[in-house]
Amino acid sequence: MNILVCVKRVPAPGARINITSDGQQVDTAFLGFTVSPHEECAVEQAVQLIEKHGGDVTVLTLGPAEAEEQLRTAVSVGATKAILVPIDTTDWDPQKTAQAIAKVIGDLEAANGKYDLVLFGNESADSCGYQVGVRAALKLARPIVNGAKGLEIDNGVAVVRRESDAGVEIYKLKMPACVGIKEGINLPRYPTMKGRLASKKVAVDRSEATGETGGLKLITLRRPPERASNTIILGNGPEAAPAVVDLLEELGVFK
Amino acid sequence: MTVLAVVEHDRGTMTSASLGVLTAARNLAKQMNTKFEALTIGANADRLSETVANFGATTVHQAHNAMLTDFGPEAWGESIAQVVRKISPSVVIGTGTERGHEIIAQAAARLDLPASMNCSEFDTDFNGSQPLKVVRTRWGGSLLEEAQVDAPIKLVTLANHVVEPQEELATSPATISTIEVQLDESVAQSFVQDRVERVAGVTLATSPVVVSGGRGVGSAEAFAPLEELASLLNGVVGCSRAVTNNGWRNHTDQVGQTGTRIAPDIYIACGISGAIQHWVGAMASKNILAINTDAQANIVTKAGYAVIGDLHKVVPAISAEIRRRQNK
Amino acid sequence: MSEFPKSAKCVIIGAGIVGNCLAGHLSKLGWTNMVQIDKGPLPNPGGSTGHASNFIFPTDHNKEMALLTLASQQQYIELGMNNTCGGIEVARNPERLEEFNRRMTSAKSWGIDAKLLSPAEVKELVPFINEEIILGGYYTPSVSVVDSLQTGTLMRESAVKAGNLSVFANTEVLDLEVENGTIKAVVTNKGRIEAEYVVVACGVWSPRIAKMAGANIPLTPAVHQMADVGPIDILQKTNAEVAYPIVRDMDTFCYERQTAGSMEVGSYAHRAIFMHPDDIPSNEASALSPTELPLTQDDFDPQMEQAIELMEMLGDAEIKYAINGLLSLTPDAMPVLGETVEVKNLWSAAAVWIKEGPGIAQLIAEWMTYGYPHLCDPHSSDISRFYPHEKTEHHIYARCDEHFNKTYGIVHPREQWATQRDMRRSPFYPREEAAGATFFDARGWERPQWFASNEKLVSKFKAACESRPHEWDARWWSPITNAEHLQMRESVGMVDLTAFNEFDFTGPGVVNFLQYVCVNNVDVPVGRSVYTPLLTPGGGFRGDLTIMRLADQHFRVITGAFDGGRDKYWFSKFMPQDGSVTFTDMSSALCTIGVWGPNAEKTMAKATQNINAEGKLVPFDVSQKNFPYGSVREVLIDGVPATMFRISYVGENGWEVYTKMEHGLRLWDSIAKAGEEFGIIPVGMGVYAVTGRIEKGYRLMGAELESEYNPVEAGLNRPKVKSADFIGKAAYMKAREEKPCAIMCTLEMIDNTSKAGIKRYPTGGNEPILTKSGERIVDAKGRVSRVTTAGAAPSLGKYLMLAYLTPEHAVEGNELRVMYMNELFPVRVARVGSQPLFDPTDARMKS
Repeated sequence: MNILVCVKRVPAPGARINITSDGQQVDTAFLGFTVSPHEECAVEQAVQLIEKHGGDVTVLTLGPAEAEEQLRTAVSVGATKAILVPIDTTDWDPQKTAQAIAKVIGDLEAANGKYDLVLFGNESADSCGYQVGVRAALKLARPIVNGAKGLEIDNGVAVVRRESDAGVEIYKLKMPACVGIKEGINLPRYPTMKGRLASKKVAVDRSEATGETGGLKLITLRRPPERASNTIILGNGPEAAPAVVDLLEELGVFK
Repeated sequence: MTVLAVVEHDRGTMTSASLGVLTAARNLAKQMNTKFEALTIGANADRLSETVANFGATTVHQAHNAMLTDFGPEAWGESIAQVVRKISPSVVIGTGTERGHEIIAQAAARLDLPASMNCSEFDTDFNGSQPLKVVRTRWGGSLLEEAQVDAPIKLVTLANHVVEPQEELATSPATISTIEVQLDESVAQSFVQDRVERVAGVTLATSPVVVSGGRGVGSAEAFAPLEELASLLNGVVGCSRAVTNNGWRNHTDQVGQTGTRIAPDIYIACGISGAIQHWVGAMASKNILAINTDAQANIVTKAGYAVIGDLHKVVPAISAEIRRRQNK
Repeated sequence: MSEFPKSAKCVIIGAGIVGNCLAGHLSKLGWTNMVQIDKGPLPNPGGSTGHASNFIFPTDHNKEMALLTLASQQQYIELGMNNTCGGIEVARNPERLEEFNRRMTSAKSWGIDAKLLSPAEVKELVPFINEEIILGGYYTPSVSVVDSLQTGTLMRESAVKAGNLSVFANTEVLDLEVENGTIKAVVTNKGRIEAEYVVVACGVWSPRIAKMAGANIPLTPAVHQMADVGPIDILQKTNAEVAYPIVRDMDTFCYERQTAGSMEVGSYAHRAIFMHPDDIPSNEASALSPTELPLTQDDFDPQMEQAIELMEMLGDAEIKYAINGLLSLTPDAMPVLGETVEVKNLWSAAAVWIKEGPGIAQLIAEWMTYGYPHLCDPHSSDISRFYPHEKTEHHIYARCDEHFNKTYGIVHPREQWATQRDMRRSPFYPREEAAGATFFDARGWERPQWFASNEKLVSKFKAACESRPHEWDARWWSPITNAEHLQMRESVGMVDLTAFNEFDFTGPGVVNFLQYVCVNNVDVPVGRSVYTPLLTPGGGFRGDLTIMRLADQHFRVITGAFDGGRDKYWFSKFMPQDGSVTFTDMSSALCTIGVWGPNAEKTMAKATQNINAEGKLVPFDVSQKNFPYGSVREVLIDGVPATMFRISYVGENGWEVYTKMEHGLRLWDSIAKAGEEFGIIPVGMGVYAVTGRIEKGYRLMGAELESEYNPVEAGLNRPKVKSADFIGKAAYMKAREEKPCAIMCTLEMIDNTSKAGIKRYPTGGNEPILTKSGERIVDAKGRVSRVTTAGAAPSLGKYLMLAYLTPEHAVEGNELRVMYMNELFPVRVARVGSQPLFDPTDARMKS
């Protein structure tokens, strides 16, 4: 089977995220970059599926030229092909992004046949838009379900499991289909050293990005007010046990 | 010109997030000096109209179609899109939940309109005629974005828990408007096909109680008292990177940057110094109790609660106290 | 939590391995009322200690480093924090096998058990190694992994428990207040503390903190890449933190160290990557920690290939954790320790790695307590060693860039720097360059080591100028040095000594002041000079220099290129604050030529004039009678005002001639012209610093003269001791009454033919002097006999070495062994004490 996974390059920040002085971006001066976590799981899921069913996993990203690094990371853990859709800024709005991605996928499919599955992350770690996959799927005229915490293939049908308060919901999508993957579906593997070295040799194809600007515009980023932590010391040594259990009772975790 | 609230429900049971949306939509409509209306999807949600009316909606639109018996993101999104086309609201507000984001995204895609998710504030000068300025959360809440939704109809979701639900009866009873939506095969697939009831047993990611051990635990065997405490609290055991590195526990138990990120009701961190890579995995916990010999340890200074002492003595004492109270 | 204090005896900034251990050691030495702060949390505040690989390979060619490392390992052992696993350095290239022989030699010096292994023997210890690509191994069974965080915690807590220390984490230093050049207070986000002493033990942040007080700690944060890969079956099965020896793949500058079920691969092969201390992210803004930055993968890729080549299993292991870890690099790869030269009582304990951390903490605690350390001489770690140009970022980056990839390199004892050359040139440089000088770097100065123009003399003195068959022995060396030596001894030579430092002290308090700092009586007549050691309070060598008395209240101290910074600091430290002494550093104002040899007097007689009582220009009488040894005269040389100082470090009649820099070239040309008829030649430092010196048995600060040794042991004690008090006097008086347990001796090689049948020439890098049966010689104070200087003695036809020996071995004629490149060569004690082998009565200098 052929699976395409859309991934996004995002910074890997610490507990405090610094913003550039113009308020337009996260200050990434000393940050590393990574594949957005949901998408990291999507890559892992795709790789597991082809390990089971055979086929190819193509990773695609719309992002700056440096996002090639994330494509290679995906290849180093088992993706087989990589496509970079370069843009000269870090972010396009969700409408424009979805349009560009759908166009590239459409062109690729026109040339090579349809992908059985197109996987997205449920939402990106940085912009948290929750919509690119949905929009792209609609343009590709195929079904999509988000929040997937399970994805198996059964006779040409993608079986998606998703968690809700009531339990697990099961969706069955006839392929070709799209799925929005959620972190926790698997534990993504780390690249091996050999995988990393091999990924350097894989050719990264490039496709042109086209799209019209949508209606959601960033004005500025800011940090929420910080909460001061005033640690309450419940006591010293074993004598603190009753105070601890009082707290557990108060929080309702011990009744 | 109206503000439309999209009610989230599961087979006729309203979710709590919807109440905040109803409240926010009403407040925004008041500010705009316009009408507040609501939308329920599927006939099994008709009975929610009364609750909706209690929040002051003047009209409850009830989208009907034979397919709409359970949740289906595409069918729901298409239903919203058709209602929106019909009534042309100024603003559409959905819930800031997995389903809420998904159906608003679906509707926005179908309407080819922008959508802004997880909004926590709306421009207080907004009157319906200009772009809508919002504050939305990004980076899982670590950053706020001031954004502008520039479209004739503004689709947004409301960040969960930011608006306290508040009932407010309308001056006159709500008008019920039934709208038959047209749904075709293209949206038929993505309905819930089956369900598995929630099974017993919890995972590290979902457990409301996590008892976690760090380097200070000292060995694989020394985790036994932590296991006992976790089991008394129906929780699970986690650990820091030092522990997995030492081979004391599996990586699946690791909380942190390279392990699992958790958000339990309480995180009990035993003998964990609280290195950043661990902290980022645990910081979403609603409460943190640190047990550490070092009052200056990072985790102690960041935790809400702390016990200063040797975990090998403190943890068994807590378990003993729990058993004592259980036996009472 | 206790309230933030308003004052303290000592504030230690930093809670890494150094700050923590320092707190413990100061507490042990009786310090109370101390406060330790760190801007990060505890026990891991986010500095380099937190991500260190924590292993100790004890072998080091440098004595100071070796002793500090061994002392540290001993402390880790005593705290139960030392996990011995053994370590193997493996060779891929034949040059490395040679280096292993050298390491065996250094191991012998420091008493470290070590063994050479065949590839098959390496494989036995490390079954997953690819033995086919290695040529052999250097195995040290005592290599260990330590828990530096826990060690630090225990040391810190020991001070807390003793009631001598309070600790404040998450406390950031905002400012350091200085008053009258002395540290006054530390301003933090939690409050201000007045402090008598402040120690900067902030690792990579040290320059930033020191700068708040106007002090300079020259280091740069630099990246060391490492990755944790695993899990790996064979490692997991050991069920231990570290069961297999650590492997250092020396020729790829890489190591593999087991950490439980994984392997940590670390690299010193990538390009040097620096970061400014101000740019290091905060704890909160860091994904991992401030000093664990994201791996720049492209830099690490080549290293991964080499690692897989050595251990194939690594290829399939997952990269679980990979960082650009920050550590501290200094321009000369040594730590930066001691009181800052800019601010009194502000101390630096920086650029220290885990392996030497606890030892250095002890050293600094002793230094702060006793005025100088006891553990060992911090000569090459002393913060005061740096010259101004060496403290610039320009210099730091250039030198660190150059030496970073030598971390696992094979560095020759005479190795020359390639960068930051031509920093300082003497006025004679154009003539030297024209004469084909090979320049060596002397702390920025370009100094001729030998001259190609003298190559013709090699055939003249053929018998004494044999070439060295082994490339290692011949590296950074030329037989021309021997030829220059012999030509000088036969006729006359001129030596560029501009790199000397000249410190002028003037004023009414100058005699008292200098008497206090110097051992020998400086109150000599005007126009006379004094040679004198400077002592530590414990009576060991702190300095070694000469002083001229130019006027009643005007003294000029002359000291060498390598100790100018240290000596300047030492004099400044004790200078009276009442204005009675004025200090002027003349080093950049004066240039110097040494003119020596049997024809030096004739040469200078031709060149030198002065103005007589009638105001007429007349030839100057340079005879010993008018101008005796050790005296100083103002003269004119071809119209150039110059100061002549009759002295010699090479054992010949002659002078050091000083003039102002701008007159330099004219002075050079005048002397050269005057000496032409005698065959005067330019002579390089190869003669001045080695061959000429060793024939005369002259001791050198930093080699023979160290704070561990006293003047009695060095043979430099005078018959009488002056009545004035001076630093170290009590200890010196005591040493004079005791029988020395070590005596400086000159040894000659009896046969330098190796087993391979070629002549070897030990470089003089701490090679051990052993008994005939190959046993180390250790004196009653635990000091080992080792070569402090080695070199040819062309006039004696010998190869000589200087070494301290115990009294039982310090017997002229006694036969011993020297180990060189892991081979024993027979040597004989040629001289006990300071009497020279060449011209024992100094007749040549004084007649």
